[in-house]
Amino acid sequence: MMDESAELAVSITQIVQRLKGTHLHSQLEKQAKECLHKPEIKLDTLKDDVRRLLKASGITCLLLPPGHPRAPPEHTKEPLEYMRKAQVNWEKRILKSLNSMCTELGIPLAWKRPVPEQKELANKWNEMGTDEPDLSKFRPVYAPKDFLEVLVGLRNPNNERSEDLTVRSHWGLIQVSLNVRDIPQMREMYPELGLTYGQLGIDDHTHVPPDLFESEHIHIGKKVVSEQDSAAAQQYSRQGCPTGLRAQLWSLILNTTNDPEDITHYEQLKARVINHDLLVDNLIYKDVKLTASNDDYYFVFEDYLYQVLLCFSRDTAVLEHFSYNSATPPKSCIQNKSGSEQCAMVYPPNGVIPFHGFSMYVAPLCFLYNEPSKLYRVFREMYIRYLFRLHSISSHPSGIVSLCLQFERLLQTHLPQLFYHLREIGAQPLRIAFKWIVRAFSGYLSTDQLLLLWDRILGYDSLEIVAVLAAAVFAFRAENLMEVTSLASAEAVLADLSTLKVMPLLQIFLFATSV
Amino acid sequence: MSAKAVSCTIKSPVALQIGDAVSDSSRPGVYITDITLAEPVNIQEISFKNYYSAYLTVRLQRNYCLMSNPHAEAGSHDYFSIYRHQMLTEPDNVTTVRLILRQPSSEWLNFSIEEINIYPCAKEDSERDVPAWISTLTPVEEPLDLNGLPDPETVSSSIQQMWALTEIMQASQTAASIGRFDMSRSYDVKLLSYT
Repeated sequence: MMDESAELAVSITQIVQRLKGTHLHSQLEKQAKECLHKPEIKLDTLKDDVRRLLKASGITCLLLPPGHPRAPPEHTKEPLEYMRKAQVNWEKRILKSLNSMCTELGIPLAWKRPVPEQKELANKWNEMGTDEPDLSKFRPVYAPKDFLEVLVGLRNPNNERSEDLTVRSHWGLIQVSLNVRDIPQMREMYPELGLTYGQLGIDDHTHVPPDLFESEHIHIGKKVVSEQDSAAAQQYSRQGCPTGLRAQLWSLILNTTNDPEDITHYEQLKARVINHDLLVDNLIYKDVKLTASNDDYYFVFEDYLYQVLLCFSRDTAVLEHFSYNSATPPKSCIQNKSGSEQCAMVYPPNGVIPFHGFSMYVAPLCFLYNEPSKLYRVFREMYIRYLFRLHSISSHPSGIVSLCLQFERLLQTHLPQLFYHLREIGAQPLRIAFKWIVRAFSGYLSTDQLLLLWDRILGYDSLEIVAVLAAAVFAFRAENLMEVTSLASAEAVLADLSTLKVMPLLQIFLFATSV
Repeated sequence: MSAKAVSCTIKSPVALQIGDAVSDSSRPGVYITDITLAEPVNIQEISFKNYYSAYLTVRLQRNYCLMSNPHAEAGSHDYFSIYRHQMLTEPDNVTTVRLILRQPSSEWLNFSIEEINIYPCAKEDSERDVPAWISTLTPVEEPLDLNGLPDPETVSSSIQQMWALTEIMQASQTAASIGRFDMSRSYDVKLLSYT
């Protein structure tokens, strides 16, 4: 069917575009040129021969532009107009907040560090955590609960909204009709989490003899790493990554390397940190001090977090991801003192304004990588593939809106009594679960469990599993939750997740719930 | 696909409803749009932007699905194209195209399709489908006599990537200045702008 080859052509064009300028592209071209020098090929008729061959094999539309030719770029960022508008309004609020903080404190957004300060920072680079700057005047630009209010207020103007609460209506806070999967569909999507497959997180328990699953799994993992097979690593990760191989496997899946180029890039970013001070640096300091430094598992990594996040703010390569992110980077107009020159610049250079809890996206990775440049590369890749979707408004299946809706739908379908009870006592489940979802559970689960969860995020290339886990946690504590009579006591029941085992919860919820 | 769209007149959609359209309070689930073409055309492609329509029937094509789940948002605002080969009969010498839109879900207040364009068949374009470098091949030269110099092949393969990068840089040059994050005391970065 020509449909398939048209899709194939589009994929090929996209891949060719991405390959331009890479080492692989020049190698391929070189190989092709060498082939053409073979005696069987006649140079004069080459063009026509190639054309004939392409036509005969059916790949005639190789030069289709990527994406639908008539879709404007904002459609690729986010197809639904009302969500684009909501994102724009939310961004305006964030900018207002940041601007008012600037004016109140009288601090510019960015300034060049004086030379003695640069020297001092360069010396203290590995122990920035020992600094105790006065951060009392700074406050986080926004917290997850502010973002939740925006999502709760999302409305589609074309949606029929009747006021009566019927069986068909949605009991939760999210009132948009996105397509989310239910349990039977997820059983087909996530078969490797099923009861008949071995899992790290279940079958590596001390009671279970390692010959049953664990030794074989580790053996396969070692082979995958030695073959440097990225697709195999992704498939493998669905059943969990052994602790000793996880760092290499994640790096394979995310296609990050630690070539001299990457190390040079990191050193350049470090130089930018030393040369210029940004206002967002203070936000980062404050966030790390408030969250990661207070966490029993992560406080030891405080210095690493500064080294990664300060560099991240200055990395303009991150700007590329805005072509598929519904968000738009904020701009600032800089003007020289005489007012004669003006230009618009993205601020911060990477376009991402950190919010309260942002440093928790980096913290779990510190357990895997101790070289700052490698840690940085893996974090950046995780951010531009997955984590950005947790704090921008979009209709993407892994976006925060879909995840929240899926959580609520799963709860309403499979635990209706619990959901109704919580609603009645004024404890909407999403108000409790939102902070887990926005951080992909970082800081709420114990680290080994969190890493098992993130294995599956990488393995299935989707954040959906985060929403499922949130529902599974409610299912697990359902009995206690049915007894509570207020939002505060519901939150108390769900305050401590550090003893939970993630994989059994997911497995029971997905494969042992009756549908 | 740089073909130009054929000019056509798109009539306003007519709802198919049982009962009196004025007094009935239920919303229609079917709209019919007629598109009249100025002259007979062999159609290559019909493209449009969706607005909450779930199913489309073209008089030449049956029940093309636009939204996989009529109750959910997916596909509701997407751009679609219907090509010649997807139609049941050859769309040649066409003067009118009738599009029948259906939206069975009661979730939505309105549905339609927008930005409808019809493209005629283009001639076979034979000049642009071969990459430029094939045309500029030279025959293999005799092996050179090297005097302690490195092999040109290895040197060229290592600079080739740099050359490719410079090509990309040249191709993507903009008129704007590089805007390096180079701030001296003479610049003030005060506020973020809202536009």
